[in-house]
Amino acid sequence: MSSETPALVSGKARMSRTAIRTAEGLGLEILVPAIRLATGEEPRAQLKDLLRSVGVPIVSILAFLGLWASLAASVETSIGSLPGPSEVWVAAKSLVAEHFVERQKEVEFQARMEILKAKWEAEGKPWTERKYSGKPTYFDQIWTSLQTVFAGFLVASLIAVPLGILCGLSRTMNAAFSPLIQIFKPVSPLAWLPIVMILVSGLYTSEDPFFEKSFISSALTVSLCSLWPTLVNTALGVASVDQDHLNVARVLRLPWTTRVMKIVVPSALPLIFTGLRLSLGVGWMVLIAAEMLAQNPGLGKFVWDMFQNGSSQTLAQIMVAVFTIGLIGFFLDRVMVVLQRAVSFDGASGA
Amino acid sequence: MFIAVLLAAQLCSAALPEKEELKFGFIKLTDCAALVIAKELGYFEEEGLFVTLEAQANWKILLDRVISGELDGAHMLAGQPIGATIGIGTQADVITPFSMDLNGNAITVSNAIWEKMKRVDPSLATAKPKHPITAKSLKPIVEEANQKGDPLKMAMVFPVSTHNYQLRYWLAAAGISPGFYTAADATGTTDADVLLSVTPPPQMPATLDQGTIQGYAVGEPWNQQAVFKKIGVPVVTSYEIWKNNPEKVFGITRAWAEKNPNTAIAVTKALIRAGKWLDASPENRNKAVEILSKSEYVGADKAVIAASMTGTFEYAPGDKRELPDFNVFFRHDATYPFYSDAVWFLTQMRRWGQIGENKPDAWYHEIAKRVYRPDIYRKAAEALVVEGHLAATEVPKTDGFKTPDSGFIDGIVYDGRKPNDYLSRFAIGSQGKTAVSAAR
Repeated sequence: MSSETPALVSGKARMSRTAIRTAEGLGLEILVPAIRLATGEEPRAQLKDLLRSVGVPIVSILAFLGLWASLAASVETSIGSLPGPSEVWVAAKSLVAEHFVERQKEVEFQARMEILKAKWEAEGKPWTERKYSGKPTYFDQIWTSLQTVFAGFLVASLIAVPLGILCGLSRTMNAAFSPLIQIFKPVSPLAWLPIVMILVSGLYTSEDPFFEKSFISSALTVSLCSLWPTLVNTALGVASVDQDHLNVARVLRLPWTTRVMKIVVPSALPLIFTGLRLSLGVGWMVLIAAEMLAQNPGLGKFVWDMFQNGSSQTLAQIMVAVFTIGLIGFFLDRVMVVLQRAVSFDGASGA
Repeated sequence: MFIAVLLAAQLCSAALPEKEELKFGFIKLTDCAALVIAKELGYFEEEGLFVTLEAQANWKILLDRVISGELDGAHMLAGQPIGATIGIGTQADVITPFSMDLNGNAITVSNAIWEKMKRVDPSLATAKPKHPITAKSLKPIVEEANQKGDPLKMAMVFPVSTHNYQLRYWLAAAGISPGFYTAADATGTTDADVLLSVTPPPQMPATLDQGTIQGYAVGEPWNQQAVFKKIGVPVVTSYEIWKNNPEKVFGITRAWAEKNPNTAIAVTKALIRAGKWLDASPENRNKAVEILSKSEYVGADKAVIAASMTGTFEYAPGDKRELPDFNVFFRHDATYPFYSDAVWFLTQMRRWGQIGENKPDAWYHEIAKRVYRPDIYRKAAEALVVEGHLAATEVPKTDGFKTPDSGFIDGIVYDGRKPNDYLSRFAIGSQGKTAVSAAR
């Protein structure tokens, strides 16, 4: 981060340092100059920093929007011209509005069910609760996607971290797994998906499944693709643990488990988290493709359905989804950065 | 007294579906209308069913998900339950108690091919050419393309789809071989003059526009979409190839129907009511257009859907004609699952080699009776008559076979009782002991 002048450490400066550390910990370096400015620390330098960290991005975003707006109208497609920022904004608002319309319908449905329930109870028939069966709204789709990506990511991490530790600790294990990792790592989700779908529909045959099959297949596809960055980084992190630390552990005759848990894992944590962060990013990207093909409800299916509609709204709606996917991906990355910072001793900047 | 109690108990149990929360799949086509209307107008709910409708990416995924149980049932191509039962592609016992509509497809060719067809047959080069247009004017174009070694490519939506059989019928009626399926050739292009391939309906206009194919056979709104986007010209509708041809069906697995007999009847009741509503008045059709254009259903623009749903068809920009029977949902006994319809699809599967060997007439009838289930339809329709939603005269009185039908573009008469006799009348097509007999 920017240099700190070793000036008088006043109470104010200490407060500012705490605020800065908090901001950095949360992955919000962007606020640092503002905090410094607020505490009156080198106003001119801070203003310059602020301009660069906030002003420049704003200008570039505005330039992008301007360019998009001016070019979009001139791109003719078979379903009308490319929508500009304002059309996309309108489409976004209509998706939000549709969400509330659907929720209203659900309220009306529940009201109808209350009446039916009263009638049934009067007739002495047993009543069971009924779920509303309307269409999933845009927000429902986002929620499904998030659940799926985290389920897949969790499965991937539970496999990749222990396996990575083993590979890092033992040269033999590393030699055994290395070729498999090299072969499977570059495989696209589109190749995995049909295999996963067929396996899931063949093996996962429960009468009343707790998870939907489509959910399992897209989550597993995410796992298969997001496994590798964590695996490789964990192995690397473990392999590069300071030999002195391991020697000390050996002298102290620490049992194997203690050695792993107290020495190996803590010192490999920054790299493990770098791997997890990459994995989550890959998982999110893969998920959209998997949902498109597996027809698992979610943002990918939303994009596919809109594409199939081929209406005058199609392009604007897909662009809303593109921005949503991008923003969520960005947010997930920030979350991982925060976690990474939280477990790193040296406060290494991961950004 | 005892009998009365038993009867009352039976009536009561008939009213209660075994499974209430159902998920049905559909493809974004206007002929899924009966499902959408049954849901949106609350017909399912009145039967005590809580239905979610889910658009599917393509027919293959839709069928697989019905077989695997992820979907309780779906809007299907009429050939799908039959094909699945006899093991074309996938083997599974799929049945249908309800036919969703008649007609509704068309064959569209690219603007470039249409220009060439007009050069071959100058009578087409008017603002309102005479319909039906046969593939005769296409034949020299096909021959020229084959001489250049770059055969014409056309798309249909699925190997066992009505579109596949209609496109093949139309081409073969003009002496163009659409190719045969053989044990070694699952793509159906053996001895083909025109190469046919599979493309999901909603992608048809885009694929045509990209030049990957020069024509396609598909349901609505994807032919009208080509007219609106000015990328192609629908040359013939399925109504003109075979008047009042059966189109989509509602498919469920036999296991599902046996496990949930009351639910199957309740679903069929709601669908019959929806079909009746759709054909009741032009106002209802307009309302249906409104509903179908929602993004979660067909999702195309209202004008595009309305073009075919409201009794007209636009062959070319400005060439809009009255075609009151383009989409039929209830009239002409459209909802009844006729055995003779199933037999026709079986004859076409035999004709193009999907059924590799000669079968006796009895086999055709046995398969038809296994897949098409008027028994479920009858129970549903009779319950609707009792409830006053259906007039007794609206329930077809039939043994399941329509009278011999002469409404085909080539004039060949179809009698569902004599499938092998019917097959022997085609100049192009496999029949009898011969595996493949392309007229070259």
